[in-house]
Amino acid sequence: MKDAVEEQTDRKAWMSLLAKAPEGRISELLDATVSRPKFTWLRPPEIGSTMVRARAGAAGAPFNLGEMTITRCALTLEGGAVGHAYIQGRRKTDAEAAALADALMQTSVAPQLQRDVLTPLSEELRARKSARAAKAAATKVDFFTMVRGDD
Amino acid sequence: MYVAVKGGERAIENAHAWLAEERRGDKDVAELSVAQIREQLSLAVNRVMAEGSLYDPDLAALAIKQSRGDLIEAIFLIRAYRTTLPRFGASKPVETAAMACDRRISATFKDLPGGQILGPTFDYTHRLLDFKLAADGDVPEAPERATEPAEVPHVADFLNQEGLIEEALFDDTEPPDLTREPLEMPAARALRLQALTRSDEGFTLGLAYSTQRGYARNHAFVGELRIGSVPVEMDIPELGFSVEVGEVILTECETVNQFTGSKTEPPQFTRGYGLVFGQTERKAISMALVDRALRWEELGEDNVGAPAQDAEFVLYHADNIQATGFLEHIKLPHYVDFQSELELVRKLRREAGAAAVQEAAE
Repeated sequence: MKDAVEEQTDRKAWMSLLAKAPEGRISELLDATVSRPKFTWLRPPEIGSTMVRARAGAAGAPFNLGEMTITRCALTLEGGAVGHAYIQGRRKTDAEAAALADALMQTSVAPQLQRDVLTPLSEELRARKSARAAKAAATKVDFFTMVRGDD
Repeated sequence: MYVAVKGGERAIENAHAWLAEERRGDKDVAELSVAQIREQLSLAVNRVMAEGSLYDPDLAALAIKQSRGDLIEAIFLIRAYRTTLPRFGASKPVETAAMACDRRISATFKDLPGGQILGPTFDYTHRLLDFKLAADGDVPEAPERATEPAEVPHVADFLNQEGLIEEALFDDTEPPDLTREPLEMPAARALRLQALTRSDEGFTLGLAYSTQRGYARNHAFVGELRIGSVPVEMDIPELGFSVEVGEVILTECETVNQFTGSKTEPPQFTRGYGLVFGQTERKAISMALVDRALRWEELGEDNVGAPAQDAEFVLYHADNIQATGFLEHIKLPHYVDFQSELELVRKLRREAGAAAVQEAAE
């Protein structure tokens, strides 16, 4: 059995992953593996903002950098599992899918969801990141000394 | 003074209809989609997000379309929309040291851990018009180079090891927010940075340039400039832990400024800081220079009376929405104001005329 801290760490990881999925992708993967369970809204999807903060000099006192749009919602499955979503942008259907996935991850279908939704999302995210990193790496400067003036 | 008058409704409606038609332009030319603007005019989108102070590329692209490419008008639309959004909270301070860098350069150190990464830059282009872009054409894929994820530490950290650079002292004070409280002087650095990151790029550039030309001289090197994405993590009160809610692209510039010491500080390098939404390099460098100039007081420097040292002047004039609002309101009807001015000038002229006649008679 996992303890509460591990459970929380796992949930934080999958919620963070779901928040970064491209538009429509969670629904595609979710609907291909399970049929959507019945649920009731605790909080229907709503659009708002969060204030993004940073630190002066990257390490000093915090300051308010500006806001970003956020969609959030919360729902409960018939079995009692509660799913939450906080995702970037104005994406109500994605927020619903993310909250459903969050709720289902707390039920017996979790391994199936891990395999068919979270793992593909995680691999796709890694592929996008590494493609970008590879392009950046191709622009890395390799200095070499042509002539050193010693006089 | 304003006096309500009626009678302009039809003219206004027709003006707006014509605006919509002019916005669309020649219907034989394909219409721009919001996605095209987002993808292909991305630096304009970035500027609108930065100065609109709301990170949402789709909304910024829509605003640019609606404003016919007038970026200040687009920023105005974003600022207005922003006020309608409920605020769900604030993020933890983003970790720019952990940025996935598209670009990372230093003008002060050639060989630095993580290397000099040029990224998708206009630098080193010849600034010659490329007529190939006027024709349709496929763009070849950019080359890739296999790479392992590596640490890309901040340049300022190396100088720190020698104690030669002023340290950014860690602090967890709740920052002031100028979107909630009116901007008042004296403004703490946290408030100045918030105002500068959403300030008008042109105004900030001009002020930064003035410091380079000798007004509040502080010779700045770009210690580091980095552009890339960072995750945004926020506490979710109903869950009792924090999650990453998404990612934002940021441009960060840290300047290293020569400093011969003052009454209170030893000779060392000091720092200016710029951090802006999106790929917004000119703005981030400008912000860092102006931030450094505004720090004269805490560093014990002399106030030489330069515009960039005057926090009140800088911060009260840097916001292009406030500026344009006040500037453009003078084109709205001021009939009664003007009528009284007209009366006054007529009266003064009558008096001057009468005096001249009297003088001639004497």
